[in-house]
Amino acid sequence: MNAVSALFRREFAAYFATPLAYIFLVIFLMLTGVFTFYLGGFYERGQADLEAFFAFHPWLYLFLVPAIAMRAWAEERKSGTVELLLTLPISMWQAVLAKFLAAWSFIAIALALTFPMWITVNYLGAPDNGAIFAAYLGSLLMAGGYLAIGMCMSAATSSQVIAFIVTVVVCFFFTLAGYPLVLEAFRAWLPEALLELLASLGFLAHFEAIRKGVLDLRDVVYFAAMIGFWLYASAIVIDLKKAD
Amino acid sequence: MLEIEGLCKRFEEQVAVDDLSFSVKPGEVLGFLGPNGAGKSTTMKMIAGFLRPDAGTVRIGGADIVDDTLRAQRNLGYLPEGAPAYGDMHVDRFLEFMADMRGLRGTTRRQRLDTVVRDVHLDTVLRQRIDTLSKGFRRRVGLAQAILHDPGVLILDEPTDGLDPNQKHEVRKLIANMSAGKIIVVSTHILEEVEAVCTRAIIIADGRMLIDGTPQALAERSRWHGAVTLQLRDSGPALRALDDLPGVAAVEHDDVHGEITVIGNGTPDLLGRVNDLVRDRGLQVEGVYQKRGRLDEVFRSITREALS
Repeated sequence: MNAVSALFRREFAAYFATPLAYIFLVIFLMLTGVFTFYLGGFYERGQADLEAFFAFHPWLYLFLVPAIAMRAWAEERKSGTVELLLTLPISMWQAVLAKFLAAWSFIAIALALTFPMWITVNYLGAPDNGAIFAAYLGSLLMAGGYLAIGMCMSAATSSQVIAFIVTVVVCFFFTLAGYPLVLEAFRAWLPEALLELLASLGFLAHFEAIRKGVLDLRDVVYFAAMIGFWLYASAIVIDLKKAD
Repeated sequence: MLEIEGLCKRFEEQVAVDDLSFSVKPGEVLGFLGPNGAGKSTTMKMIAGFLRPDAGTVRIGGADIVDDTLRAQRNLGYLPEGAPAYGDMHVDRFLEFMADMRGLRGTTRRQRLDTVVRDVHLDTVLRQRIDTLSKGFRRRVGLAQAILHDPGVLILDEPTDGLDPNQKHEVRKLIANMSAGKIIVVSTHILEEVEAVCTRAIIIADGRMLIDGTPQALAERSRWHGAVTLQLRDSGPALRALDDLPGVAAVEHDDVHGEITVIGNGTPDLLGRVNDLVRDRGLQVEGVYQKRGRLDEVFRSITREALS
């Protein structure tokens, strides 16, 4: 476990070793503001809640989380440090977990820095703070889902650019899986049962209740399973790609 | 004890390592030689537990690298090819990170860090980003992390590649100083290095073992081993006489340096007989010395034979 915490700390610090972390934070905070106040019509709604804020999270994560995830393994592969890392006394799953947790913690910090929004809404009215807290948790969980996909794509290539683009595409697919745009594309050749399964895998559908502040156990299980599945897949991909 | 048995690895159609077996005892420094693409790095990656062998076993101090990976890796220091390191980290932070990964703590951690920094001469670059280091320093950082936890087994993939002669000398001295009680495997294609630091050498080509012996035994396989070189004022009359001398396989004449090399056919005391001839004929000698076998020549002839 000592090694996990050491790797976690290294990975977390690595985000701040380059301007990436600061650029990400500034863009994330700016965009949440823009989306909430202009596109979300925060004031016009006349309600003391943060639904306008949370509603855009899937779309923000769609482009910003891949930028966080892309370096995770691609960089290790490119510089050859993956050979160093995996010959240290740390198991594959520990390494995968440590890297994931470091990136996830960074996203948690970005999310936590949106606290002025919470203060604002409390200043303007009397929101249900329990619901807002639940929505924050749910949003972080969903970010974890996007991140796990990104980690897996990063493990599959040594190019960060390719990792980024492929992650955005895969994440876009999962975001909209329950919507006609994706479903129609598969309707022609997928049996109805599989189509329903596909529809149930959409991030947006599972975020629907969360953004209103309802943290349903099924949605929690869904995102947790999503994270578990993609991290497991990452470990397999890294193992397969070692020899390249 | 490092034991390797029946190790095999193939990449698609290409056989990289083919039934390799050897074991190394503490105190031995094994030079692992072979032409590029012979399977040296692949073998080392399997020993270090990075690549999984298709067949065969690697045991480090009794721990199997596949079944008991973490226990085996704890006792292992590994410098991968090209000495990769996290470029975005400062040297001191990187070494501290590696110490944490190795589970070093408290005063042991501090002591090991200080010792390694001193031994590998990293004190001047501790606060530099690894990205900005010269090739020589980068390699030394790689070496430092490999020996940080004072492992019983050291696997070094081309530790002196890209270093200048002074740095090479430093690294060799370091390896020699560490070798007591340790198992060290060094891959290289610089043959002088084998003579300088190794107690044993293995040559592989196409993933197969060709030779396993001491550098001395290897050198003796050279056809120049024990040959006598003469520098004569006037080489003309001597050539024929040397050629006719019993026990002489060939006489080579080097016009550029004005040297004559007499190669024996294995009969002992070639030097004595050449000496007698020189005296009997009253030849004017400016220099005479006996040659040692040249490893690079042995290496070339062995690997060329195997590859053809």
